[in-house]
Amino acid sequence: MSPAQAEIQLIAVLTAVACALPGAFLVLRRMAMLSDAISHAILLGIVVGFFVTRDLASPLLVVGAAITGLATVAGVELLQRTRLVREDAATGLVFPVLFSIGVILISRYAGSVHLDTDAVLLGELAFAPFDRLVVAGRDVGPRGLWLMGAILAVDLLVIAAFWKELTLSTFDPELAAALGFSPLVLTYVLMGMVSVTAVGAFDVVGSILVVALMVAPPAAAWLLTDRLPRMLALAAGFGAVSAVAGYWGAHLLDVSIAGAMATTAGLVFAGASVVAPERGVLVVARRRARQKREFAETLLAMHLQTHEGRPEAAVECALETLHHHLHWTRERTHATAARMRRRGLVEEAGGLLRLTDDGRRRAVEALRR
Amino acid sequence: MILDYTVRTVALGAAVLGAVSGALGTFAVLRRQSLLGDAMSHAALPGIALAFLITREKDPWVLVAGAAVACWLAAIAVMAVVRQGRVKYDGALALVLSVFFGFGLVLLTAIQRLPNATQAGLDKFLFGQAAALLARDVTVMALLGGGAIAILLAGWTRFQVLSFDPDFAHSLGLRVRGLDVLLTSLLVVAIVIGLQTVGVVLMSALVVAPAAAARQWSDRLGPTVALAALFGATAGAAGALLSSMTVRLPTGPTIVLCASVIVGLSLAFGPARGLVWDRMRAARNRASVQADLVLRALYALARGHDDPGHPHAEAVLALSVEPKGVRRALETLAARGQVREAGPRAWALTHAGLAAAARAEAAR
Repeated sequence: MSPAQAEIQLIAVLTAVACALPGAFLVLRRMAMLSDAISHAILLGIVVGFFVTRDLASPLLVVGAAITGLATVAGVELLQRTRLVREDAATGLVFPVLFSIGVILISRYAGSVHLDTDAVLLGELAFAPFDRLVVAGRDVGPRGLWLMGAILAVDLLVIAAFWKELTLSTFDPELAAALGFSPLVLTYVLMGMVSVTAVGAFDVVGSILVVALMVAPPAAAWLLTDRLPRMLALAAGFGAVSAVAGYWGAHLLDVSIAGAMATTAGLVFAGASVVAPERGVLVVARRRARQKREFAETLLAMHLQTHEGRPEAAVECALETLHHHLHWTRERTHATAARMRRRGLVEEAGGLLRLTDDGRRRAVEALRR
Repeated sequence: MILDYTVRTVALGAAVLGAVSGALGTFAVLRRQSLLGDAMSHAALPGIALAFLITREKDPWVLVAGAAVACWLAAIAVMAVVRQGRVKYDGALALVLSVFFGFGLVLLTAIQRLPNATQAGLDKFLFGQAAALLARDVTVMALLGGGAIAILLAGWTRFQVLSFDPDFAHSLGLRVRGLDVLLTSLLVVAIVIGLQTVGVVLMSALVVAPAAAARQWSDRLGPTVALAALFGATAGAAGALLSSMTVRLPTGPTIVLCASVIVGLSLAFGPARGLVWDRMRAARNRASVQADLVLRALYALARGHDDPGHPHAEAVLALSVEPKGVRRALETLAARGQVREAGPRAWALTHAGLAAAARAEAAR
């Protein structure tokens, strides 16, 4: 692994973690699509900021572009408040306008802007190591590394400083408002964090894949835990794993690093939704199978109980004819009977099934319910 | 210039897709699926790329089919994520949108590495390129779009009930689930036929914008759908023409800006709820309230005087309302015939004004 590769991965990991932290709050607060709106809209801020500062990594540009993000959120809210359009349509109206203007500016001034539409969608992670930060004549590392490191630090600081407020207003907005925490201020703190992070990550992964890094790792983490601190840690971890695995996947296949990172993040989510406790595909399938088995056992027990001791028992309760009466397959009947025998619910004597006391109790209980 | 064959093709194609996405987008917006359109249009990218990778053809039917399949999978994936019960609808949309799009970019960069000259040009699906529209593309768009509109018209009443009141539709014995799937499929058609011209990134705007604009002009579904189709066609044709006649003006963003201008005008001037009318109404109300206040003040002064028609100085009246608004308020009252200017900067009540003020006083 060359130093450049190490630097790329480090930047990718910092970006993924910086995105995952505010992203977790977005996912929890059902504002995930605002990350899409913001990440599109900041393009205009970045282009205009670039015309002014001539430097893509300038802190001024980051702040300026982040303000565009906040303006988008405010615009959506204003438009919604006119009651002329609903929230989803308002979101769908505002950001395409800003994004379109950004794309057109880039295409028109492609020569003078060090940006092209490819960079907008794919980011320029592969070139990040070539852009060095030189302080007092000494090369201290890639500029992107410092920028993303600083943004991550800001995110951590803001989350730590507003931990109580953010948590409370995320899980119980009414109580938070009743206690005097302004929901509006907190929303804008969060949106500011999202915007700043999105501007930094824009350089690395492009405007649309920022959304993948903000949403997929926290969503995967949410499937696995109910506790916020654990969810944040897991989200950061998933982000980092997606970044590194995505990098090497892209390296092997010679494809877009940003795209591969987003794809890996999606795979991590898919994996989490398979193995998750309670709601995971595996757990749910196992629970369904068990319920199905238990239902079959109860049904069989009830059948035997209905007919036991009656004249028709010889036909109704014989193992070989039973499946006609239950309208089951022969295999299912035999498997169910065998399971019940193992669990001491029925006994078999001369081809006839008979309930044990336990079995009878089960049937009676089910009937009583 | 307008009769130029290529330009005509481009304008016609963009108009067709604008009309179709406008009409079907109205239902999407009504059903609060604006952002589902966004997710589905982004998600089309891997479908297009895979269709090309498998067939190595740029036949529009093949690419459109690939895009449609991917859109469909995206819609199903969103539903599956929501049904798992943790991540909510918006999270599912953002997740599916970005992951599908990322995978599409992976495939697109893989295609660019292929040692094959015909592969170039797939990236026009990102931001659209109207200038590359061929007559056969327009034929495909018109056939698919026409089919979708025909189905929409055939099931008009059912779709209407479904969109406004799904529970009622269910109680009528309509197959809500099937209709829902059908309407979403029609939206998929509207999206995929626009991908080549507008691009996956911005296609959703063409679903939302014409519908949102049309909504400002009518409260009835039929006229709204027709207007949305008209707005969509206008934005599409105008944007495509502008873009194909100007160098380095990408088509998708241009069409979106055209549509957004229509939205802006509609929000401002929509007959019933337009923001401009709203402002003017508010200003009129304010002026009338001010005038009433001045009238009341003048009446109070008049009652303290032997002659109710005695003029009073404007400066005195200015004490009772915002000083700046006095002149305008008095002019309003004069226009109503309730006051008259009886001297320099002095005003008196008329008989009508006296009666009106007395009535208002009695009503208080």
